[in-house]
Amino acid sequence: MNAETGRPTPDLDLDRIRADFPILAQEVRGKKLVFLDSAASAQKPRAVIDAMVTAMETQYANVHRGLHWMSERTTEAYEATRDKIAVLMNAASREEIVFTHNSTEALNLVAHSYGRGVLRPGQAVVISDMEHHSNIVPWQMLRDAHGIELRVAPITDAGELDMAAFEALFADGRVGLVAITHMSNVLGTLTPAERIVAIAHAHGAKVLFDGSQAIVHRAIDVQALGCDFYAWTGHKLYGPTGIGVLWARRELLEEMPPFLGGGDMISSVTYAKTSWAAVPHKFEAGTPAILEGIGLGAAIDYVQAIGYPAIAAHEAALVEHALARLSAVPGLTIFGRAQQRGGVVSFAMAGAHAHDVATLLDRQGIAVRAGHHCAEPLMRRLGVDSTARASFGLYTTRDEIDALAAGLEKVRSFFA
Amino acid sequence: MSDSAAGLDDLRDLYQEVVMDRGRHPRHGARPARFDVSARGDNPMCGDRVEVFVAFDPQGAIETVGFEARGCAISIASADLMADTVTGRAPADARALFAAFREMVKTGHCPACDRAGDAAALERLQPLAGVHEYPSRVKCATLAWHALDAALDQAAEGKGVTR
Ligand SMILES: Cc1ncc(COP(=O)(O)O)c(C=O)c1O
Repeated sequence: MNAETGRPTPDLDLDRIRADFPILAQEVRGKKLVFLDSAASAQKPRAVIDAMVTAMETQYANVHRGLHWMSERTTEAYEATRDKIAVLMNAASREEIVFTHNSTEALNLVAHSYGRGVLRPGQAVVISDMEHHSNIVPWQMLRDAHGIELRVAPITDAGELDMAAFEALFADGRVGLVAITHMSNVLGTLTPAERIVAIAHAHGAKVLFDGSQAIVHRAIDVQALGCDFYAWTGHKLYGPTGIGVLWARRELLEEMPPFLGGGDMISSVTYAKTSWAAVPHKFEAGTPAILEGIGLGAAIDYVQAIGYPAIAAHEAALVEHALARLSAVPGLTIFGRAQQRGGVVSFAMAGAHAHDVATLLDRQGIAVRAGHHCAEPLMRRLGVDSTARASFGLYTTRDEIDALAAGLEKVRSFFA
Repeated sequence: MSDSAAGLDDLRDLYQEVVMDRGRHPRHGARPARFDVSARGDNPMCGDRVEVFVAFDPQGAIETVGFEARGCAISIASADLMADTVTGRAPADARALFAAFREMVKTGHCPACDRAGDAAALERLQPLAGVHEYPSRVKCATLAWHALDAALDQAAEGKGVTR
């Protein structure tokens, strides 16, 4: 069933989908690969691989520069991805889509350019207790360089944003920006984006979502969310590495100074003065990730063809199954019990370190991540040094979750 | 071992009995009452941390080693076996053993294993050799050794607590 419409969603044809991902047929350590680490980086469908190979074999040159056929065709293919992203996110225009190399660069772009160019010393930036380091460190750097105060919104024991405490952070009217995850890469929590935006805007603050995880699991409509910035990274959405996206309201992009200087981001250069290219190119210095941009376009087509309602329903069913199966493993603690969540489940096993758990699962062909997940402050909040994390993609099956549960039983008996 | 653990035999190459036992019940896993130098090792990748405490005898050989650690079975077992094998050694000999051990866990080969003086110690460290198949875990096995190395540096520079 589709949670929003109440209508049944068409089941994913998992056999067909899995056949689209060549790597899923691999064996690891002599066992069938059970890949449960998609939140770190997702596997790539044949369509993405082919798009990149075909470009290299038949249609490749630098973009935006050449006056020759190859350059024009390559520019078209690369720029077509900007259109696809604008549709994917329901942006008001394609000029609101800035290509970056990943989420980290997109977040740094906002911290640097909006942070130093528009925010004033003495203003505050609000983050939450469940941020990835890439949405913590840029703000600390801004704090130290520019006199911004950093405020951290707490989470509840269920792993949800504490909304009363969040709202209280705005009382003195000094918050200029909320930079917050739309979905935690550790707890799976989807944050209440519309409420966050309503509260922030009521207090005159802008909102930046780190959508690195959320866009993999949910349709993102930036106009419906009402936010001001939205950052994500291509490699988690079944696309290549090295390409990321910053969406921002056009008037904000116009107001912001450039981030990096160089080729492609200027309209004219003299030694005395340089004028900037129009948005979004003002923020896109240097030769971009051309092939990766083309590959990301193919990934978006792939996701759109399956459709977010089907993906979200599939993953909701997987999470429910995983929570049920893993809850039945004695000695296993699951972190995060948010009502709204995506395909990520973090856990710890009593008496066994997360690394040992991950290695023992790996020996059975099961890939999970273990460690602090680039979220050390959250680990401290949870009172642990590390967790193990299973994360799901649109190709993940119930059988794989059953394999994880059985694998964990083995690990437990090993450590018992 | 229970039934559900059947089929785990192939895990034993890395998690041998000694590793499991020392990982759970280290013999040297405490801050000693008396020590001359101490140093910390951090593995930022996973948040593992170990602090190694060393006391020297009047001749300058390592008299006792203790450690406080939070980490995985491999890092704790390795710290404990390290304490076993470096006790009684001169600092230079402990470092030579570290070099041989590091080679063993990185490559699975142990050219120094027949070397006079180290053969017995390296045989005791042998249970950790399986780590070489898991490059991401090599740091776990060497973390305490790096901390020991740093502690020995301090002693060589004349730093450390005065008794
Ligand atoms: C929530 C979140 N934010 C940011 C990032 C950073 O993404 P990237 O490393 O592609 O910049 C990640 C992924 O690691 C993430 O999960």
